[in-house]
Amino acid sequence: MPNDIATSKPVRIVALIGNPNTGKSSLFNALCGMNARVGNYPGVTVEQKVGRLLGTAECIDVIDLPGTYSLAARSADEAVAVNVLSGDLPQQSKPEVAIVILDASNVERNLYLFSQIYELGLPVIVVMNMWDRVTSEGLVVNAELLSQRLGVPVVCTSANKRQGIDELRKKIEQTLRIPNASPKPEQLARSMFPEAFHHEASQLSEWLASQGRKSSAYQVDRLLIDSDGHFQKTICQSGLPEIAERIDQARIRLQSAGCKVPMFETKARYAWVRKLIDGAVVRQESRSASPSDRIDRWLTHRWVGMLFFVFIMFLVFQSITLFAQLPMNGIQWLQSQASSGVEMLLGPGALRSLIVDGILAGVGGVLVFLPQIAILFLFIAILEDCGYMARAAFVMDKIMTTVGLSGKSFLPLMSSFACAVPGIMATRTIESRKDRMVTLLIAPLMSCSARLPVYILMVSAFVPATRYAGGWISLQGIVLMLMQSLGAVVAIPVAWVLKKFFFPGEPATFLMELHSYKWPSPTVIYQRVWERLVAFVVRAGTLIFCTSILIWAAAYFPGDHGSLDASIVSLEKATTAENQPAIDEAQEQVNRERSRLIESSFLGRIGHQIEPMVKPLGWDWKIGVAVIASFPAREVIIATLGTIYSLGSDQDEESEGLQEQMQLAKWPDGKPVFNLATALSIMVFFALCAQCSATLMTIRRETNSWRWPIFSFVYMTTLAYIGAWLTYQCFQPWS
Amino acid sequence: MTALNVTLDELDPGESGIIVEILGNDVIASRLMEMGLIEDEPIAMIGRAPMGDPTEYSVQGYRISLRKNESTRVIVRKDP
Repeated sequence: MPNDIATSKPVRIVALIGNPNTGKSSLFNALCGMNARVGNYPGVTVEQKVGRLLGTAECIDVIDLPGTYSLAARSADEAVAVNVLSGDLPQQSKPEVAIVILDASNVERNLYLFSQIYELGLPVIVVMNMWDRVTSEGLVVNAELLSQRLGVPVVCTSANKRQGIDELRKKIEQTLRIPNASPKPEQLARSMFPEAFHHEASQLSEWLASQGRKSSAYQVDRLLIDSDGHFQKTICQSGLPEIAERIDQARIRLQSAGCKVPMFETKARYAWVRKLIDGAVVRQESRSASPSDRIDRWLTHRWVGMLFFVFIMFLVFQSITLFAQLPMNGIQWLQSQASSGVEMLLGPGALRSLIVDGILAGVGGVLVFLPQIAILFLFIAILEDCGYMARAAFVMDKIMTTVGLSGKSFLPLMSSFACAVPGIMATRTIESRKDRMVTLLIAPLMSCSARLPVYILMVSAFVPATRYAGGWISLQGIVLMLMQSLGAVVAIPVAWVLKKFFFPGEPATFLMELHSYKWPSPTVIYQRVWERLVAFVVRAGTLIFCTSILIWAAAYFPGDHGSLDASIVSLEKATTAENQPAIDEAQEQVNRERSRLIESSFLGRIGHQIEPMVKPLGWDWKIGVAVIASFPAREVIIATLGTIYSLGSDQDEESEGLQEQMQLAKWPDGKPVFNLATALSIMVFFALCAQCSATLMTIRRETNSWRWPIFSFVYMTTLAYIGAWLTYQCFQPWS
Repeated sequence: MTALNVTLDELDPGESGIIVEILGNDVIASRLMEMGLIEDEPIAMIGRAPMGDPTEYSVQGYRISLRKNESTRVIVRKDP
């Protein structure tokens, strides 16, 4: 038993498991409060959530297992659940009690999972959650009778109203002290499996034991039942000879004995469930339309449903742009206040530059995304908790299947038009791992808001201001729109290729429970938004912060900054003295120095070295450097271009000065560097490239591996290079 | 009375039936059965998504969304 670090008391472990949509996260929050530790299980992309049970003398950890309908272990989520419950996971001690949460308004289907957990031999506590619905809708559920028949404690709770939580807490402590007796074999659903199966199972079990692989009855059952299931894969990979043949032969014998694998299992389990609940639970009459069905008739209606969906999406994204602006400006204001504070305290030099241009710019660059993420997740949490999210997936599914994804991918992709970071985080709502991976890998192709400044700069400087249709349609607007949609268009074949070659097989299933509409619970929403924000700040924050410092160092060193620092001092003096001609002169001096230093820095040297590589794209070394410097965050290119074209780093996309400087830039042979083809090639590059360390770090976090961020980076940069090259080659003859 | 066996996707809104059989023994079939679509279970069609697929059904007192490639696996005896 592990000990608690702070109190050195032994830590007892219990696991919480249940179907999705049973209010498991509300129950977890009610039991453990807000201080859950969130991480990933080693080696898989399944989220691990552990909390300390509140209000008990002992140290009791609650593991929140992923929501699942079955322990058949076909998906990573289910495999983790089985492995945790049977103590087969390294670095995770076996829980002493399994708390099985059921939706009290749908006991029958929920007991299917229970029938499997019951066979693992752990002491079990059953929680009938959403008990308020049983009372308000007048359902008949006799919890006491069920408890007697099963020989396990049954606690009725309404987790979102914090009802029944104390009783559950007491039951957990009680069960840890005196575990309830393990069920007799004839009490298990397994006893209703056909005789032929029991025979095969005991034979296989004996053989495994003789090979030194003693396995639990549950594991042996799963080996026989699940063709190509998790246990079969693990045991076959572990190098046990003839195991695959033995299993196959056993299945063939079962088939010929009239025992249909895997049908017999579900049949037997549901028969067991029915016997168990007979006289204890009266099933809801499903024919009569519930209030929820009446809402659904409109929200999934052919026209009304579509319009409502569009309206909701419009509302979400308008809110993101409207309400995020103010806090974003606030964060930027704080950042500039902090920068000027540092500039007051420190004289010009490496330390000041590191703090202002490296650290503050880096941290600010991360924090500025927070309001967008908070608003998006607030909406996702509300829509998910009230039940509309499942309907949105239902409505959009058909469109998304045309690219091989499901309706659940729609919202993450849509959010990525604002910012890929919350979009990628939103892919957690997709259960199918393959769909989730494909969605997550194409999300960065959606044109995020950081690309817009780049497009605006290039379009207004180099696309002719031609207007058509009596001035109503402008060429610049068309180009802007094309650039905005380019990523999404390219994402279609990319999704197809990823689906076909990287995540093949497994026919897409889209069995989705549409749970009844309900009022969202504020605590659940608060918790979800808070968790996401903390995760974002901690993970992406630390890493984007480091990359910013690296790029800063590459642009700062080597070089003698003495004369730059001197000219900054004179600029500051002139500013205090409000002497305009002196300010202008000093500013020009600073810009010249900056541009000289960046050319001699590591970044500048790299720029010169890669010039042959970027020349086919129509770029000179300055653009090359600006693009490299913008790999941590793409919007940095405007500041970098500003620095390189010696204008100081305070540029924005509408600055006339930068546009003019770029229009005047010449190749050594006197031809202008920038023309329409160059501008288009830069824009296409930015549309397709993975220039955002926050996104890559989020992919790293969500997939729990470096493989996928590297993959995204490589595939997107390759696409961007090819796209930019093709664009330049096509448009060069015209410009 | 002649039993009228159809696949689940052939039910129209408001129609219902009794599940006779789930075809196949792959992941889709076991998923369907785990979700409670088993023999002799009544099932009713609630409505289709705006573009005709997927479809919402009522089974075991809850609502489930199935795509056509899943609902064609389910044979039902249509209620008169």
